[in-house]
Amino acid sequence: MSLLGSIFKSYRKKSASVAKERLQVLVALERSSRAGMPDYLTELQEDIFQVLAKYFPVERDQVKVQVEHQDGCEFLELNVPIVELEAGGGYTIRTQTQSA
Amino acid sequence: MAKVIVVTSGKGGVGKTTTSASFAVGLAQKGFRTVVIDFDVGLRNLDLIMGCERRVVYDFINVIHDDANLSQALIKDKRVENLYILAASQTRDKDALTMEGVESIIMELKKSFDYIICDSPAGIEKGAFMAMYFADEALIVTNPEVSSVRDADRILGLLDAKTFRAKNGDEPVRQHLLVTRYVPSRVEKGEMLGVNDINDILNVPLLGVIPESTQVLQSSNAGLPVILEAGTSAAQAYEDAVCRIAGENRPMRFLQERKPSLLQRIFGGG
Ligand SMILES: Nc1ncnc2c1ncn2[C@@H]1O[C@H](COP(=O)(O)OP(=O)(O)O)[C@@H](O)[C@H]1O
Ligand SMILES: [Mg+2]
Repeated sequence: MSLLGSIFKSYRKKSASVAKERLQVLVALERSSRAGMPDYLTELQEDIFQVLAKYFPVERDQVKVQVEHQDGCEFLELNVPIVELEAGGGYTIRTQTQSA
Repeated sequence: MAKVIVVTSGKGGVGKTTTSASFAVGLAQKGFRTVVIDFDVGLRNLDLIMGCERRVVYDFINVIHDDANLSQALIKDKRVENLYILAASQTRDKDALTMEGVESIIMELKKSFDYIICDSPAGIEKGAFMAMYFADEALIVTNPEVSSVRDADRILGLLDAKTFRAKNGDEPVRQHLLVTRYVPSRVEKGEMLGVNDINDILNVPLLGVIPESTQVLQSSNAGLPVILEAGTSAAQAYEDAVCRIAGENRPMRFLQERKPSLLQRIFGGG
């Protein structure tokens, strides 16, 4: 490694501590959403993943199901980014179903 | 009192099957009557790691469907006393595993075994859920790597919410963390998450750390659970972890890079 490279590296954060910080934020977030998430939503999320996986190369953690509250209504929000195989670009399926 | 232990992780390829095999052998060697069950329906592999793939006649699903009884399906290990293996089915039908079927087999096994080790498939769907449902204790296997740690946390969520114990308001499933494929020198350089980091994130009592070891691959080639390769670092680390789960006190090892001796540095190896 060049001298400049090694100086630069010593200034840069160690990758393990970056990993730790990212995980701490993510795990805290996922734990709190789990705590508030009704059981059926976890199952719905898994079912939707299973179905979509038949048609698109989706990853499990790309399928997000959430209940949003807005203007006195409950929305079911489904978010699935799908990467096109060849083009390398991406598009997103977004649905919002209103429930009373 | 029989204990059901699930070996689980969420992510695949982190060392669940390697761990299930070595734990089963280690517990049997301590004199406990032990059975290890492969829950990976369609992708059976435990038989290969245990070296008994040519002796599988009946499997888990055969017993559930009454094609065979339990004693016909249990494969007795040839090297270690008190040890039996129940192979997974190769069927593609994921629904072949039913909750009632699993329950009746586990209840039956509880009558004659001290430890029932359940080797979970990857993922967080049905197979993994079945493997953990009747567990008393859980070994959460993780590598020092972001996606593995994250998936381990999802499994913790399932253990707290979806098991028999959780649903019946019993004492929760006792959780143990097992970090595998650990490379202390990389941790020291700040390139790899350390056990303390993983513990800060997951907050589950640490049962053991298994170092990255070339021996694991070699013993899987031979169908010999790595714990039987006495004297290797992986075998020693598994022995320690087995002793701890059986309630013994063993200090942690393999958390630091072993400095090569002068001779090793001159002649290589080590
Ligand atoms: N401590 C270790 N050191 C090196 N390789 C390991 C170790 N533990 C597991 N492996 C390797 O990792 C791969 C996956 O292990 P396996 O036990 O089959 O994982 P899982 O059952 O979680 O999918 C195998 O190739 C195995 O040899
Ligand atoms: Mg496996």
